[in-house]
Amino acid sequence: MALSLPSQFINLLAAMMLLIAFAMLSQRRVLTLINLFALQGLTLTLSTLLVAWATSQPHLYWSALITFLLKVLLLPWILHRLVRKLNVKWDIETLINIPMTMIVGIVLVILAFNLALPISALAGTITRSTLGIALAIVLLAFLMMITRSKAIPQVIGFLAMENGLFFAATSATYGMPMVVELGIALDVLVGMVILGVFFFQIREHFDSLDIRHLEKLKED
Amino acid sequence: MEIFFVLGTPLIGGALLALWGHRGLAAELNLLMSTLTFIAAAVLTARVISDGPMITPDHQFFVDSLNVFLVALTAFVAMTTAIFSRPYMRIEQAHGRLTETRLRLYHSMYQLFTFTMLLVLLTNNMGILWVALEAATLTTVLLVSLYRTPASLEAAWKYFILCGVGIAQALFGTILLYIASERVLGAGGEALLWTRLQEVSGSLEPTVVSLAFVFLIVGYGTKVGLAPLHNWLPDAHAEGPTPVSAVLSGLLLNVGLYALVRCKVLVDGTLHSHFAGNLMMGFGLLSVVVAAFFLARQRDVKRLFAYSSIEHMGLITFAFGMGGPVASFAGLLHMTVHSLTKSAIFFTVGHAAQKAGTQVIDEIRGLISINPTVGWGLLIGTMAILGLPPFGVFASEFLMLTTAMREQPWATPILLISLGVAFAAVFAKVQPMVFGDSRGEISLKRLPFAPAQIPVFVHLAIVLMLGLYIPPHLADWYRQAAKLIG
Repeated sequence: MALSLPSQFINLLAAMMLLIAFAMLSQRRVLTLINLFALQGLTLTLSTLLVAWATSQPHLYWSALITFLLKVLLLPWILHRLVRKLNVKWDIETLINIPMTMIVGIVLVILAFNLALPISALAGTITRSTLGIALAIVLLAFLMMITRSKAIPQVIGFLAMENGLFFAATSATYGMPMVVELGIALDVLVGMVILGVFFFQIREHFDSLDIRHLEKLKED
Repeated sequence: MEIFFVLGTPLIGGALLALWGHRGLAAELNLLMSTLTFIAAAVLTARVISDGPMITPDHQFFVDSLNVFLVALTAFVAMTTAIFSRPYMRIEQAHGRLTETRLRLYHSMYQLFTFTMLLVLLTNNMGILWVALEAATLTTVLLVSLYRTPASLEAAWKYFILCGVGIAQALFGTILLYIASERVLGAGGEALLWTRLQEVSGSLEPTVVSLAFVFLIVGYGTKVGLAPLHNWLPDAHAEGPTPVSAVLSGLLLNVGLYALVRCKVLVDGTLHSHFAGNLMMGFGLLSVVVAAFFLARQRDVKRLFAYSSIEHMGLITFAFGMGGPVASFAGLLHMTVHSLTKSAIFFTVGHAAQKAGTQVIDEIRGLISINPTVGWGLLIGTMAILGLPPFGVFASEFLMLTTAMREQPWATPILLISLGVAFAAVFAKVQPMVFGDSRGEISLKRLPFAPAQIPVFVHLAIVLMLGLYIPPHLADWYRQAAKLIG
């Protein structure tokens, strides 16, 4: 089946998002990680705009605007500020076994594509083939959260997961109802602000943002 | 109209208390707002009893037989916890564990937390339900970390990350649900309205809906504290202030379960199979077993009762999973009595821990001779939660077990053994706390403010009444709600 031009572009952007997800998985530098997150947000904005234009869904322009403001400007700005204030700008995390993580990541992608197959067959949207990618991004972000031991990368993983979910919503249904999207955006923003406060508290008490210190509460 | 009073009062209360700050009477203002919320909920309940279910003209909020009793229960326990929290938090402040700014945060977040829970219960929109439940997580994260000790920060961080990830799964489930419904109802706000979804549930795409339910049960199950997703729960209960433990156990877990049950009704309507029920039974049974065997290993009294909450949530999930009028009736009854009993227990445990200056079970002894009200409260509460007759917990557990014997005979021995293990573990730990020898090194302090123990006995009296006699109105509600759940 020949794909129309917008839909080819959307697939290209989806592939880019997946690539960025892998890049985030292997990135050790906090600062670069934040930039990658912003880039993923930008790609998401572009693809949302493209879907909005190709299918003339006016409310998707608004979602694109929210995504842009929140995920490209506001959240990276907050993260950059936090990194500066916490003085962890040049922090490099020692990641064990990047190749192994990558292989697990690839397995997750295959799993996601298989899982999404029956659903994308049903969805009537021009972007349905990207649903598998969206699910893969969610799973990769999940993997990133598991493999990281520093607080900020973990939170970025959490936010990247939200990106994947949002992408799933736009690609399979042309976006959730506006009121729901606004609510989700609000939750993410408030959560980020709370976590920002948390970082300082954690640092104050443990002298580092390494969450391996946060493993005292265990069953004996 | 009443719906907006129920939702508006705690929302305004949250803003008001944030502005009011730490001037005097903040605790009283908190209590006043909670009482007003309860009055609004009582009026709403009375309206629903006389006029039947209602829905707002824009279809965004609704009250039916399932959520009305939970709204009343939530508002009631929020009010009694506010009564308990007034002297409790003052004592914490006098002990130097809290500053005035923290108390301001506490009061404001307490009201907002009540608001988010009521929003989960009253909204008709599955998307808003998700948003409100996530907001409830955020407010409680702030409440759990209130003491800003390393342990409480760790608990709050764990809570945030685990529940955040869990609830992200629920969002994916909601998106899948929307994919399925959008094909029938068309794009736009209508496609996520529960009432509309229920009408068309028969024509939704079964594959998508069953996949959606898997994500939803993992997501909302994290919030309910179902094993193996329960790791955050004991930490959050143990490290936060006791009023927060009381509302977490008594209310938030119920609300999470409510979200799950709403989803189950839709999935049952689509699949006409026991798929959702089987999943819920599996998770429920696992939680009962895991919690029962962890109970014996606990040294911290609040962790002990947190595990007991996991056990009871598992039981209720199992009952709803079995389905049928009797099991669902028992599940609803158990939700009510567990919520009342567990919050009463936390009220007594909170003051016992304040007196002993520790939450370690071995260092709390002889409560009954030093403070008979707290001692008796804890003892009666523990007997009630362990399912001794004639308390309400016995009635609901009896109904669950007899139904299980008939419908799922294989599960009955597992349930019975777990309940027995839990009984032995909890009773062996609580008995010396109440009756043990208080002389020796352990000395219990006098508290600078008199604890408010009336809520404990009010709760336990209601639980006792529900064990002996369920008022016809209430029984009627339960029956209608049970019919809805199926």
